[in-house]
Amino acid sequence: MPTETPTLTKKDFQSDQEVRWCPGCGDYAILSAVQSVMPELGIPKERLVVISGIGCSSRFPYYMDTFGFHTIHGRAPAIATGLKTSRPDLEVWVVTGDGDALSIGGNHLIHVLRRNVNVKILLFNNRIYGLTKGQYSPTSEVGKRTKSTPVGSIDNPFDPVSVALGAGATMVARSVDIFQKHLKETLRRVAEHQGSAFVEILQNCNIFNDGAFSYLTDKENREVEGLYLEHGKPLVFGPPGAERGIRLDAKAMRFEIVSLGNGIGPEDCVVWDESRPDPSLAFMLAQCHRPEFPTALGVLRKVDAPTYDAGVIAQIAQQQERMGTGSLEELLYSGETWQVAADGSITR
Amino acid sequence: MTTETATKPSGSVTSHQALTEVVIRFAGDSGDGMQITGTQFTTTSALLGNDLSTLPDFPAEIRAPAGTLPGVSAFQVRIADHDIHTPGDAPDVLVAMNPAALEVNLRDLKANGVVILNTDEFTARNFKKAGLETDPREDGKLEGYRVFEVELTTVTRRALEDSPLDVRGKDRCKNFFALGMCYWLFSRPLQPTIDWLEKKFAKKPDIAAANITCLQAGWNYCDITGLFQVRYEVESAALPAGTYRNINGNLALAMGLVAGTRKSGVPLFLGSYPITPASDLLHHLSAMKHYGVTTFQAEDEIAAVCAAIGASFGGALGMCSTSGPGLALKSEAINLALMTELPLVILNVQRAGPSTGMPTKTEQSDLLQAMFGRNGESPLPVIAPSSPADCFWAGIEACRVAVESMVPVILLSDGYLANGAEPWKLPDIADLPDFPVEFHSDPEGFQPYQRREDTLARPWAIPGTAGLEHRIGGLEKQDGSGNVSYDPENHQRMTDLRAEKIARIARRIEPLAVDGDERGKLLVLGWGSTEGAIMGAVLAARAEGLTVSRAQLRWINPFPANLGEVLANFDQVLVPEMNGGQLALLLRAGFLKNVTSYPKVEGKPFYRHEILTKIKQCLEVADAN
Repeated sequence: MPTETPTLTKKDFQSDQEVRWCPGCGDYAILSAVQSVMPELGIPKERLVVISGIGCSSRFPYYMDTFGFHTIHGRAPAIATGLKTSRPDLEVWVVTGDGDALSIGGNHLIHVLRRNVNVKILLFNNRIYGLTKGQYSPTSEVGKRTKSTPVGSIDNPFDPVSVALGAGATMVARSVDIFQKHLKETLRRVAEHQGSAFVEILQNCNIFNDGAFSYLTDKENREVEGLYLEHGKPLVFGPPGAERGIRLDAKAMRFEIVSLGNGIGPEDCVVWDESRPDPSLAFMLAQCHRPEFPTALGVLRKVDAPTYDAGVIAQIAQQQERMGTGSLEELLYSGETWQVAADGSITR
Repeated sequence: MTTETATKPSGSVTSHQALTEVVIRFAGDSGDGMQITGTQFTTTSALLGNDLSTLPDFPAEIRAPAGTLPGVSAFQVRIADHDIHTPGDAPDVLVAMNPAALEVNLRDLKANGVVILNTDEFTARNFKKAGLETDPREDGKLEGYRVFEVELTTVTRRALEDSPLDVRGKDRCKNFFALGMCYWLFSRPLQPTIDWLEKKFAKKPDIAAANITCLQAGWNYCDITGLFQVRYEVESAALPAGTYRNINGNLALAMGLVAGTRKSGVPLFLGSYPITPASDLLHHLSAMKHYGVTTFQAEDEIAAVCAAIGASFGGALGMCSTSGPGLALKSEAINLALMTELPLVILNVQRAGPSTGMPTKTEQSDLLQAMFGRNGESPLPVIAPSSPADCFWAGIEACRVAVESMVPVILLSDGYLANGAEPWKLPDIADLPDFPVEFHSDPEGFQPYQRREDTLARPWAIPGTAGLEHRIGGLEKQDGSGNVSYDPENHQRMTDLRAEKIARIARRIEPLAVDGDERGKLLVLGWGSTEGAIMGAVLAARAEGLTVSRAQLRWINPFPANLGEVLANFDQVLVPEMNGGQLALLLRAGFLKNVTSYPKVEGKPFYRHEILTKIKQCLEVADAN
């Protein structure tokens, strides 16, 4: 293990492979943000491992000049769990999409989060199946018309952040592909978290679902539709002069939007505390949907909890302390044994 | 009971008879403790130096409705004064704790066999539960057997009059009363079981005391009442000198996997999801943490194998324990390990039937699933241990091939091996050769898919090694660089290389050894757990003057290099297997040899006499059986 970390640049994290996403795909922006942030983390790049499943987003590892594993559909969290549990010295990042993580891999996602395995999960949510050419996904809105739903989809979508909170994730955040500054800051915060960190990254698929997030990402909408969370700050959004806030209607047990001014100030709004052990408020916020509410961006939850991988290592160490590291002889002779002598006599 | 010789002059109250071997079956409700009773009888007999073999037979339901036929749990043990290879075809003695146990097991008992009944359970209500219209003691069913009736519940309660246990607790001791009786009948000491009870219930002394009281009371009951006119003795077998223990296949396999990883120098990581009859592998390895073993109970079968693959990517030896349905779920992930050429050990403890089938019953019907049950051209090494103790050796060998060839290896055990036990002469571990893994470390000219000449293995280049950063995945790889490739010729070459990598393992495995003449009229060829029954049948055939050879395949893929030659040396090849003829299919396809398939799928291992009959048919000899 090198004792000194050489200074790395963004270029050091770019592999020699040609990037083959469609021109204009939001994935380029996310790749660029990740490659920019990685050198800041001070981690030797041989200790970074990027693991993905299947889908457009899951080509990500090929473009990172780190160790990478492009696995099978939906299973990246399980593979990451095995790697991190046996090699806690590595930094393990999972890249997945809305189909990969929430449809075929839904089970692995909730279990990696509930276990609090110390891995970082980036879910690129474009609300569509891209690589299979345009079927609706588990995050597509009801009524979505696609090749597989020509008269509109019927099933309710998942809200990825709500799923993660429901699974007990210790860190949950949301960002946007083209909000580079916000995305990088979110990634930095993710990198420092000890435990499962889950980030939904809203990502535009300009081929099959173009403009899915333009309600938020178009320049004129960014301040009106985005609620940028900051720990310890009140929930206030909107352009200067037309600021609004989110207040807790304690009687109705719900959030409500209030316009600031006329005697209502930021001090009347909910002060965001990402470290609340109880995830209920974060869930309430995650359930605040447009058009009534803005989209919460940033860290919804970040709490400290023991990690699974550390627990596994600790149990092994504890057993070794108690019982020694064991020899094969001890193992084989561990049960009830008896000796047969050359004359056939038997002793216990 | 093959040989009976009176060793005491007639006229004495109890005579002693020496037997060369005996088969006893304990049968009762699944809550009656029959597995414990049988295991205790086994352990005690082992300590007397008998050779032995066991066959537990229990339902999938943990506590099926009491007294019903599906709830019957049985444990068969064969003890002998000579070398034996199977748990015996038909029991000499049946202990039946209720009418259902009698109804299910009586048909297997030898003519003139001994039946010991708990008559307290022989009530109209229990007859109804067992689907009986009449009392089997009175309707002629028991004619031709030596029947001993004991009011087992009554005498157990009486023996425990002073015990502080409640009635329910007292009744649960009746299996030890029955065990005490069997110990008397077969002249076994009580002490090993007393020691075990004291240890097992060290924190519940009342339970220990009650069971010990019943054990002694059962022994005394026979001694005083003279219920049996005769006592039997089975002398110790002439076993080679050494230290022994009883071992079943699952425990032996767990130990073999620990030994295999120790010999390779990489840590063991088991990903597993509980499934009958493989769960004990997860249990055993979870209790071996201090050997550096990591176990991960995953959310499902797929996560279990995926976690193992992740661990292998990081430099551990990933493994997963499962049974047929689980193997089916894992097939896509196994192909990922094949494509990324990572070591992986897949332990399939086979059970009976497609779908859920018969989870607690044995079968060998996953052979073709192991060979071909994945998409694309997907050859993998397949190894099958032949006895409970052999699971230890096969486990080590699976580890060795996995790390030497950088390949997933499938090990096919089965329910019979997993739960059956035999005495095992413990090996000298120091004799086992090491096969240390060397992770690749030199960045100079590093190519992820550059191969060794001898094994065609690619380098194991683990994360954390500076300068070796690279990407792998399930997409087809360019030969050498490992970059994604859709080149047609490259795909052909890589497919061929993956096949040749498996074929080349044949250079490093033992040739097939033939027991008996090297050439002749008949070879009985088995694989996996059928070895004991085949050996027993072949020995019996030879005792009748027939010339029969036999061989047991341990590696199914690749086959031993000399298999073709062996097959060509015999006019007929009889292939008994607990499936529809899967090995026979492979032999016919691979060698154009018209082997005689002998398939059986009853959820039970072969009986020796079944194979003997088949041998005689092949040799066109009249069968007296």
